[in-house]
Amino acid sequence: MVHERVAITGKAIKVLDELKEKHGNLIFHQSGGCCDGSAPMVFEEGDMYLDDSDILLGQLEGVNYYMNQDQFEYWKHTHLTIDVTEGRGSSFSLEIPLSVRFIIQSRLLTDEENVFFNEQ
Amino acid sequence: MGYSKPKFKEKYGNFINGKFVDPISGEYFDNTSPIDNSLIAKYARSQKEDVDSAVAAANAAKDAWGNTSVTERAALLNKVADIIEANLEEFALVETCDNGKPIRETLNADIPLAVDHWRYFAAVIRAEEGSATELDANTLSMNIKEPLGVIGQIIPWNFPLLMLSWKLPPALAAGNCVVLKPAEQTPSTATLLMEKIADVFPPGVVNIIHGFGPEAGKPLASHSGVDKVAFTGETTTGQLIMQYASKNLNPVTMELGGKSPNIFFNSVMDEDDAFLDKAIEGAVLFAFNQGEVCTCPSRLLVQEDIYDAFLEKVIARTEAAVQADPYDVNTMVGAQASNDQYEKILSYIKIGKEEGAKVLTGGEACKLDGDLANGFYIQPTILEGHNKMRVFQEEIFGPVLSVCKFKDEAEALEIANDTLYGLGAGVWTRDAHQLYQIPRAIKAGRVWVNCYHAYPAHAPFGGYKKSGFGRENHLMMMNHYRQNKNMLISYDKNELGFF
Repeated sequence: MVHERVAITGKAIKVLDELKEKHGNLIFHQSGGCCDGSAPMVFEEGDMYLDDSDILLGQLEGVNYYMNQDQFEYWKHTHLTIDVTEGRGSSFSLEIPLSVRFIIQSRLLTDEENVFFNEQ
Repeated sequence: MGYSKPKFKEKYGNFINGKFVDPISGEYFDNTSPIDNSLIAKYARSQKEDVDSAVAAANAAKDAWGNTSVTERAALLNKVADIIEANLEEFALVETCDNGKPIRETLNADIPLAVDHWRYFAAVIRAEEGSATELDANTLSMNIKEPLGVIGQIIPWNFPLLMLSWKLPPALAAGNCVVLKPAEQTPSTATLLMEKIADVFPPGVVNIIHGFGPEAGKPLASHSGVDKVAFTGETTTGQLIMQYASKNLNPVTMELGGKSPNIFFNSVMDEDDAFLDKAIEGAVLFAFNQGEVCTCPSRLLVQEDIYDAFLEKVIARTEAAVQADPYDVNTMVGAQASNDQYEKILSYIKIGKEEGAKVLTGGEACKLDGDLANGFYIQPTILEGHNKMRVFQEEIFGPVLSVCKFKDEAEALEIANDTLYGLGAGVWTRDAHQLYQIPRAIKAGRVWVNCYHAYPAHAPFGGYKKSGFGRENHLMMMNHYRQNKNMLISYDKNELGFF
């Protein structure tokens, strides 16, 4: 069976669709650190320089979701769902003008998922 | 003694070229208070055109400002300090309303410290000198500091006026003009300051742009009319700003957060005295400013033979912290700065529990009564676990402490340095050798020894590893905002003889 590391809620898909219409192709990047860190950020594809040190976690509604490999080491045993909440981040993430903010809901990978992703 | 929500105007524009102006699009956004989610006021929703206008004003002002004497610049910086000090209570109240932090913090920490940073840079430039070296009998090398020109500054929402006061005074003291963007969650004290100091500096020297990151922050960070960008925030935006700066070949400084270890060796409990009390409070400082501090001591490392006894005292002191109306001077823990922070912190507590961390206290949202029921409050929370858990590795930016034990010095250092970040750390001991050796072995830019969360203006602050680079505060900060002009002067009348 094929498993996914990441998922997205219906509410978040609606916001994502609105952003795609305005900005075209997008990517998610998982931030770390201060203030608005530890949150998923969405940018126009090509805006952020990506290379081998960015791990592709999966694709959500055609949008690639990346995380830096250093951070991935600590996150790889968890499943991430992108959700959206009212609020006001202060990064360059494109949803901020809509007065909403993407957030992450996490859960541990199941034993089966863990074998699939981390022990093959 | 209690305060209440201050009065605001209906809306506030940008401060460009010495006066308040509407955003060119005419659009404003609602800014709310996290204390009760009520409206504060509308602030300018700036776009690239507004940033262009501010950068143009700064460029027009830079030559004249850069040629003012340090005597004059110092006098103006001192004037700003005096104005903030004379209105300390008003600034404190507006800050509490905008950010949600308790009034006892803004009255006693944020605002007085902000005043001191203006005074420090006013003083330090008067005492500073360049250098002159005689390279040989006829050759003199002179080093003269010159301003960079126009600085773009993007500051966070956790200490709005204080972060402004970390960034603006050194840039101005060095002779630069500035375009500063406050965080969109907390635009109020920057605006209040411009109202109070509108006539202090020549037009264009200080410009404040409000608005959202992708619409106003990005055009500022990538602007070809800006000579340097200083940023405090998180890693992804940090990378983007460095990318944009690379297109302009501009220097940047970055302060990007941490996951700071606070280490308590067993000698701390050798006596039951004032120092032990200080140490317990030092552990509870994770809840200071609701944990919304880049250097939040969010990982507590305690030596195993005192672990149970020490934790018992830390939990008791944490549970005694008063979480209530931030306008009440007795309140110690206030509201998180916004709903999305509140949601993020709760999701971290949830994954911590799932990963097997044990909740020693807190672990839930804090429900307050009346209007405060609409605010964003979280109980100070202590989670017991191990250093590989996500709650030990990621900056939660909330009142959440992750605690584990260690056996000896080697294990303490191994855990302390097992992090992507290196901003702050704390070391607590009565052992004179550990006092020096442990801090030296920790990879972080600021190690507090037998204290924590002190930020004097004349101690340099900044990160190792993914916490960023460059330093803030202290005289050395000035060199991040200056060029070095080397004049190589020959007093030799004789030709080289090559041609």
